[in-house]
Amino acid sequence: MASLKDIKRKVGAVQKTKQITRAMNMVAASKFKAAQMRMDNFRPYAGKFMDVLNSLALRVESISHPLLAVREPKRIRVICMTADRGLCGGFNSNLIKATERFLREKTQDGKDVSLITVGRKSRDFFRKKANVINQYVDVFGKFDMTLAVAISNEVITPFIKEEYDELYLIYNQFVNVSVQKPTVVRLFPLPSIGQDVDAESDKRLDYLYEPSEEALLQKLLPMYVHVLVYRALLETSAGENGARMAAMDNATSNCEELIRSLTLKMNKARQAAITAELMDIVGGTEALAKG
Amino acid sequence: MADELMLEIVTPEKMAFSGYVEEVTIPGVEGEFGVLRGHEAMLSAVDIGQLNFTRNNKKVYFAVNTGYAEVTSNKVTILIETAERSDQIDITRARKAKDNAEARLAKITRDNEDFEKMRAALARAIARISTAEKEPSR
Repeated sequence: MASLKDIKRKVGAVQKTKQITRAMNMVAASKFKAAQMRMDNFRPYAGKFMDVLNSLALRVESISHPLLAVREPKRIRVICMTADRGLCGGFNSNLIKATERFLREKTQDGKDVSLITVGRKSRDFFRKKANVINQYVDVFGKFDMTLAVAISNEVITPFIKEEYDELYLIYNQFVNVSVQKPTVVRLFPLPSIGQDVDAESDKRLDYLYEPSEEALLQKLLPMYVHVLVYRALLETSAGENGARMAAMDNATSNCEELIRSLTLKMNKARQAAITAELMDIVGGTEALAKG
Repeated sequence: MADELMLEIVTPEKMAFSGYVEEVTIPGVEGEFGVLRGHEAMLSAVDIGQLNFTRNNKKVYFAVNTGYAEVTSNKVTILIETAERSDQIDITRARKAKDNAEARLAKITRDNEDFEKMRAALARAIARISTAEKEPSR
């Protein structure tokens, strides 16, 4: 049995761990709040952008743009987007597992697969396991639209040059604070736009277009890619901190439970020691009285 | 007021500006154009450059990146990837970026894949500098 001193030391250690996890929980909570605010700020931009893009797509009969070109998918490129840091539950590992499965499927189909990693965790995992052609690490501390533009440009040019045929983005979709869903979306060729809007609601009938509708649409398509990538970045950042909040909350309550059971054990040990001592004294006095 | 125009400048980071203005000048891809209230409805692509508007008889300048502008008779919505007001621009950084871009451009030919990138960087730096110089305090 552990001595009283041992248990006491253990309680102290768990208490310190609890302090750390609680602090991490609070830091994650404030970061989460900031990330969520950025998502809220981005919403009007994305909404208005999609509105205009869809109504333009509706007006243009057939869009021909290199980003929409459908080729036989022989060479596939994948963007895997994880967080830079761990200690956030299954956030990174679930996504890495999903990516691994996806890569395996595509490789089994005989495709040539290359990978672009965003976030330190995916880089560390895939560095030696897959054909990583580019990586972005330590980006989630502070990022803005320029990062989304940089990543987009990294993939747009080779696609137009036909260096690869299909591009997938794998990221954690942000459902709510505690739920993040690993999601695979095809970026290139861009899925057709303007399908889910009805022509009746279109209000941009008598507009002047400068330049023409087609030219304008071509200009907006790369921006559409930026929007998609930026949204994924925002969702990853919010999801990471949400997951860390939940994980650290769990850890804190586990610590509390551990402390409770250890304290009980400690008290019992203390009581046992006192009882033993009392017995000694009583035994001693009885022996004296008899003598 | 009857002759005022609602202007919204929306970027991914935030609503950079929202309010009533008297007039706005937008750097369109086919040249700069001014918008007053009652303008015909239009949709125009916006290029890297300088945007300005008049509010209470005072001019405000923004350096903008690519995007588009949607104009209706009483409202202008400008959607751009970045917008920086003249007093928020780091002019030393912009000057450095301009020098870098110029030095790089001088070395490479037109068919180099970096050419377009550097040209855009140069245009951005020039737009920033000229916008920042509008600020009276500098």
